[in-house]
Amino acid sequence: MATVLVLLDHAETGALRGNVLELATAARDLADGGEVHGLWVGDEPVDPALPVLGRHGVAVVHQVSTGAVDARLTPVLAEALADAVRETGATVLLALSTFENKEAAARLAVATGAGVVTDAAAVERDAEGRVVASKTVLAGTWTTRCAVRTDLAVVLLKAGAVVSRHVDEEAPLAPELRTRALAVSERATRAVVVRRTPAEPSDRPDLSSADVVVVGGRGTEGDFAPLEALADEVGAAIGSTRVATDEGWIGHETQIGQTGVTVSPRLYIGAGVSGAVHHRGGMQASGTIVAVNADPEAPIFEIADFGIVGDLFTVLPQVTEELRRLRQG
Amino acid sequence: MVCVKHVPDIQSERSLGPDGRLVRDGGDGTINELDENAVEAAVVLAEQARGAGEEAEVVVVTVGPDDAEDAVRRGLQLGADAAVHVLDDAIAGSDVFGTAAVLAAVLRRLGEQAPVDLVVTGMAGLDGLTSLLPAALAATLDLPQLTLAAEVTLADGAVTVRRDLDHAVEELTAPLPALVSVTDRANQPRYPNFQGIMAARKKPVESLTLADLGVDPSTVGAAGARTEVLEAAPRPPRTDRVLVTDDGQAGARLAAWLLERDLVRTTPATGEVL
Ligand SMILES: Cc1cc2nc3c(=O)[nH]c(=O)nc-3n(C[C@H](O)[C@H](O)[C@H](O)COP(=O)(O)OP(=O)(O)OC[C@H]3O[C@@H](n4cnc5c(N)ncnc54)[C@H](O)[C@@H]3O)c2cc1C
Repeated sequence: MATVLVLLDHAETGALRGNVLELATAARDLADGGEVHGLWVGDEPVDPALPVLGRHGVAVVHQVSTGAVDARLTPVLAEALADAVRETGATVLLALSTFENKEAAARLAVATGAGVVTDAAAVERDAEGRVVASKTVLAGTWTTRCAVRTDLAVVLLKAGAVVSRHVDEEAPLAPELRTRALAVSERATRAVVVRRTPAEPSDRPDLSSADVVVVGGRGTEGDFAPLEALADEVGAAIGSTRVATDEGWIGHETQIGQTGVTVSPRLYIGAGVSGAVHHRGGMQASGTIVAVNADPEAPIFEIADFGIVGDLFTVLPQVTEELRRLRQG
Repeated sequence: MVCVKHVPDIQSERSLGPDGRLVRDGGDGTINELDENAVEAAVVLAEQARGAGEEAEVVVVTVGPDDAEDAVRRGLQLGADAAVHVLDDAIAGSDVFGTAAVLAAVLRRLGEQAPVDLVVTGMAGLDGLTSLLPAALAATLDLPQLTLAAEVTLADGAVTVRRDLDHAVEELTAPLPALVSVTDRANQPRYPNFQGIMAARKKPVESLTLADLGVDPSTVGAAGARTEVLEAAPRPPRTDRVLVTDDGQAGARLAAWLLERDLVRTTPATGEVL
């Protein structure tokens, strides 16, 4: 039995970030009869999220207020995590594998001696009760399983790593809410935010967790319209290559690859994307890979499940059209 | 001080050994590409400082086996002034926290000679790609951290960065000394010219052991690592692959193929999770 702590990432509106409930599900399996606690850092109203957290087995939610201090600074987040670990006696901490959470985890680990696995695709306990996580490495070409050897295990799970499950329909929990103020240390706030411009909200699914991703590269020449139409038809997120973002055709937050977002959707569709190793590192672990490229020698064809040598401006509209026709019929 | 890492070339065929560690033979190692952005950022800041009449020096530091010296040599070619290579058998298998402890000891040692105002790192290692090091090092050194910088400026004893996050664009500032990690968007690393390469040969590379640094060997290396790789396997190759040249009907074929495999849902996913 163990107490497992889950970091409840949420937007500034107070909405839980997609995929947080997957963490709660993974936490239940690791708790082995123990309790799952959630940590909510910030003053946003948590009440609206309590029922859904209860349905996913969260027994206690700790809302930690950092007062006037910006809780988005990762050193502040790290102190909130350390405080919650102390308070709950948790031996496992799960969080989504974002850049921010990696930083907070690194600092927490320096402070507490915890072992950390990032970008985990699965987590379980082995026969000895150790926390074991698997992940893909080397640009998605290898899979490893690592055991955490320390008393506190921090595992950062990739979006979509776990299928979230409700607890028994009859027995949703009514999470107990505990609120606390955290006295943040001076050292955590030496770097301060002087300006912050939130990104434009998008109607599309979140790129890192979307089921289907349609990706455009230099071959689009800046015209993403055929990709948008296909994405609308299949409910996909839109991604891009560094060339497309560098050209200013689309926002930097859509860049997939080693210095952008890592995705592993059920279906990746790349159009006008050559498949450079930097890009592959962020998408090679996708379930099914489809590529449309004018150049039969493009490296993306080496990893594509379905490759079309052709012009994206004729192929994509035909795919969209045909999907619509077949699904109406 | 710029931290750089020697890694297998990402364009090469990379693999893991039975111990789960990267196979580092084959001689196609190189500086971690993203660390070139870190060197470039530091060299530019030092040039600006000198231009303003201040003294400035860039020291590249690496922790790793013999051939890791290539990484600091490359840093010198890219414009760094001096280099430190921490080389000790006890380091093999260190995790990121062990490496951070060693780098922290190097910084303290450098600090005895002259104050270190800025530590610069790349945003991630393109081998393990955990990107934990910058924050772990900042925490170990108790320095303010400004990570994922796409733009770095120094003025009046403070460092300011712009960072492009998923949900926002931010500007952060902190007093020196501080740690900054830079992204591949921060700059375009220079290509070393012949003079740069020749000059680099004359620049000093100091080789240090854990004993020189006063680091307890039991806290680093595989024994001190907090995680242990149990298994490593190449992903199975993709099978049943289809490659067609568009004959005017390839798009329609793809649509049918996707539906057959149930890869697109009948109702567009909204991304909502409830
Ligand atoms: C340190 C570093 C980090 C990097 N990180 C990333 C990263 O995170 N993500 C990333 O994506 N890149 C990254 N890059 C860049 C990467 O190396 C490649 O340059 C980039 O991915 C190529 O983008 P592309 O495929 O859009 O362009 P290109 O390589 O130019 O490919 C364009 C493709 O479009 C095809 N095409 C052209 N017209 C058509 C048409 N009408 N129909 C169909 N196909 C067409 C061409 O045949 C070609 O294959 C990084 C580079 C460095 C050095």
